[in-house]
Parts: sequence; C-alpha cells; structure tokens
Amino acid sequence: MSDQIKLSAKDVNLWFGSKQVLKHINISFPKNEITAMIGPSGCGKSTLLRSFNRMHDLSPDARIEGKFALDNLDLYQKGLSVTQVRSRIGMVFQKANPFPKSIYENINYGLAINDVPKADRPGIVENALRESYLWDEVKDELQKPATRLSGGQQQRLCIARAVALRPEVILMDEPCSALDPVSTAKIEELIVKLKKDYTIVIVTHNMQQAQRTADKTVFMYLGEVIEHDTTDNIFNHPKNELTANYVKGHFG
Amino acid sequence: MKLALREKIDHSARLLFRTTGLLVIAILGGIFFMLLWNTVAFFLKVKPMDFITGTQWNPSGSKASYGILPLLVSTCLVTLGAMAIAIPLGIGTAAFLSEYAGKKLKNILKPMIEMLAAVPSVAIGFLGIVVLGPGIASLTGEPNGLNALNGAILLSVMALPTIITVAEDALHGVPQTYKEASYGVGASKWQTLIKVTIPAAAPGILAAVMLGVGRAIGETMTVLMATGNASAFPKGFFHSVRTITATIAIEMGEVPYQTTHYYALFAIAAVLFLITLAVNLIGEHFVNKFRKYQAA
Repeated sequence: MSDQIKLSAKDVNLWFGSKQVLKHINISFPKNEITAMIGPSGCGKSTLLRSFNRMHDLSPDARIEGKFALDNLDLYQKGLSVTQVRSRIGMVFQKANPFPKSIYENINYGLAINDVPKADRPGIVENALRESYLWDEVKDELQKPATRLSGGQQQRLCIARAVALRPEVILMDEPCSALDPVSTAKIEELIVKLKKDYTIVIVTHNMQQAQRTADKTVFMYLGEVIEHDTTDNIFNHPKNELTANYVKGHFG
Repeated sequence: MKLALREKIDHSARLLFRTTGLLVIAILGGIFFMLLWNTVAFFLKVKPMDFITGTQWNPSGSKASYGILPLLVSTCLVTLGAMAIAIPLGIGTAAFLSEYAGKKLKNILKPMIEMLAAVPSVAIGFLGIVVLGPGIASLTGEPNGLNALNGAILLSVMALPTIITVAEDALHGVPQTYKEASYGVGASKWQTLIKVTIPAAAPGILAAVMLGVGRAIGETMTVLMATGNASAFPKGFFHSVRTITATIAIEMGEVPYQTTHYYALFAIAAVLFLITLAVNLIGEHFVNKFRKYQAA
C-alpha cells in the first residue's frame, strides 16, 4: 500500500454562525485507502467530510479557515471552480438521493454536466453500473424511474453516479445508515472493491462497518480529531481514553 | 346541571356550524342554478350554433345578434398576452427568491409581492388609463392606448403575485437532497436549477400558472377600464377589445329584465364560469399531484 497522501486538511477551523464546529483539524488520507471517521453525533465528522468537496459553499453562515488540499491542489484557492473540485471528489450521501429521473439519466446527468462526449456516455453508464454491481439487476430496465428501486439499489446507483465521473476521491456520509443488513453488506463489499481505484473516506456510526471496511480510522470528538491510526489499533489498542470508551460503547 | 348545559352548548354549536356549512353549499348551488336557468332560457330563443359561431355581438341593434366569438377572442387575447408576460417573469422571480436571494432580501420581497395582490383592481385600471395608456399611444402612434396590450400588461401585474407565491413554494419544496446530489456531481447553480429543481417542481409551477390564468380570465374592472371596450371583432393587441367580463359589467346595469339580451348575458357568464372552472380544476389537479409527489 502506498503512503502517498491524496487528501489533506491543515489547521482547519470551521464555524456555523458563532458556533465553532471544527477545531484545529490536521488530517490526511493516503491514496487508495479507506479511512473511516467515527465519533458521536455532532462531533463534526460529516461537517469535515463535506468541507472537502466544498458543500459548505451552499450555507451562507459557514466560515472556514485553514487549508484543504487534493494532491497539491489547494481546494479553496481563488479562481478554482467548485464544479471542478466536485468532479474530482465525488460524494455519496446519507440518504440515497437519486434524481426523480430514469436510472440511465441519473448517471448520464453528471456526464452531461461535465461535458463528456455524447458517444461515450452509454459505455460509461454501463461501466459505472457494473462497477457498483447494479448492472445485472437493472440492465433491462434502464429507463425505469430510479425512485422505484429498493433503498439498497438506490444507494448503489448513487455510488455509480459518483464513480461514473472517475473521481479520485469518494466521500461517503453514512451511506448505509438507512439500509437493511443485506444491502449494507453489498455496499460494504462494493466499497472495499472500489479501493483499488479510489481513495475513500467514509463517515459511519457503525463500529463493525469501520472494522470491516477501513484501513485507517479517525476518532473525532467535539470538533477535534482525538486519534487517527490503523483501524486495528483504534479498536484494539487505542491510545486515548476517550477513544477506548467510545469504541467499547461506553458513550455516544 | 353543568353537564346538561355543556351538552346543550355542544349541540347548538354543531347546529350552527352545520347551518353555515350548508349555507355556503346552498348559495353556490343557487348561483349555479340561476346561471343555468337563464342560460337555458337564452338557448330557447337563440340557436346555440348562432351563439357559438356568431362573429358579432350586437344585442341592441335593430337586428340583434348574439355571437360570443368576439368576446371570447378578446378574453383569450388579453389572457394570453398577460400570461406571455407573467409566466416568464413570475417563474424567474420565484427562482430568484427561492435559489438566489439572501434570507434578508427574501424576507422583504415576499411580503411586498404578496401585498401587490392586495392593490384594488380599480387602482390598477386607473394606472392603465393615466400611465400605461398614454405610454402605449405615444409608442405606437395610435390615437389612444386603451387596447388589448394595455389590459394584458395590467392583468400580468395582477396575476404575478399568485404565480410567484405558488411557484416559489413549489421550488422551495424540492428536497434539498436533489440539489445536493446535483451539486455533488459538479453541476453549477444554474444547471441545477434548470435540470433538477424546475423539473422536480414542474407540477407546482404548472399549478401556479393555471391559478394565474384563472385570476386573469375572471378579472373585470381592470380590463373594463383599460381595453377600450369596442365591440368590433378584435384585430390584435393594438386594437381595442371587449372581454366577456367587461361586457357583462357594462350591459347588465342597463338591460331590461327577462329579455333575450338579459338571458344572453347569463349565457356568456356561464361560458366564463366553465372556462374558469376548467382552469381551476386543472390547477388543483397539479397542486394535488405535487403534494403527493412531495409526500413520497
């Protein structure tokens, strides 16, 4: 496994209005690894995740300080288009959110937005659906409304939508929190397989999920990174007492 | 004793509310019945074909003619003109309010737009005569500016609050997750608005348009004041027209009761009623569709 840093945040502070949500965050994610972010609700892990693809640009009362980088690219530098950032850093949301359009259109939309030549699109759509192990289930009904798929299928469609753009990083914000165990298992399997092509950061409340999928795990508490280590160390040999208590289920 | 009193109050309250509820239905039914009754009386005297296809409305001539076409065309002309202005403007404003305007600006603008609906129609008609009319006249070289265009512009102003308010609600009601998904694949604000938000809000926007049309078709005082009211067959936007509503308002006060002319006015009112009913039903249909879609 390479130790090349793909994504990093340096000296990050973030406020919503007057409330400081992230405090002095320094963190980096190695290439082609899965990093899980765990911590009690409200600890800022989703907020941190969303600041990497600049989702906070949409909330007028968010104020961000610090440096975010993808490779050596400063993600918040002046003149850099946010749409470029988001096509390199894909995102899968907590609740599957397919567009109220057909399955095909759901993936085609991102391609059209990013000016992928028309002739290439059907191939890319198929490829993305294969990569997210959805192809065999939907290949005969690509024109069906995506909202009629099951919850797990919808979430895999959202993953397909993200990978279709060939991002370098995929951010996942509790992608399985609304799914049943079978769908969750499928998605976890998918996430692990995607690792060879993508760098993945996944926010999760599910301790087992972090242990099953992640190479590294970050424990956050009250807007700070408490501990960042290999998943094995975090769960079996935590250095910090807070981490130990959290992974043992004593709070949170 | 107390219990008996409470039951008595309860009973009479139920009686009161039932009466008021039934009263509304009775009034509505009465109006409808009166409209129908007089319309039937009219068609006993004039052939329906002459009414529908007649190109002349001249009830007081030596040879009276009761063709609804010029009135219907006038109404359609003014309404279509009003919608051509109000729909793009209304949807644009709604999109601005819901997607672009800051919270502060929105909090000022929305009540102002709603207040626009409270301006009496006679005041808007007044503006049409003293401001818009001379303006149109000097631009077009016509002797006066009281024509279909004038009425259309005024009606668009009157329909705007309805269209903006309902369309804004529809756009605002599009789930944030759709927008996030769109931004997430790199779409810009404009692309998200055009390709995701507006299509998702389409039923609500259609409802807004239909309610706006309903408002414009039924409006009387403004068009009466601003469109010139020539009973000749309308030739275009720069000519004076006379809508169904204006015709009824002008002639009803002077017509002798129980004459063919009197019945004729009820007949055109019935036509107007059918049109607005259809428009409102379509609007309601889309509103319900939008609600269902939102709940899903």
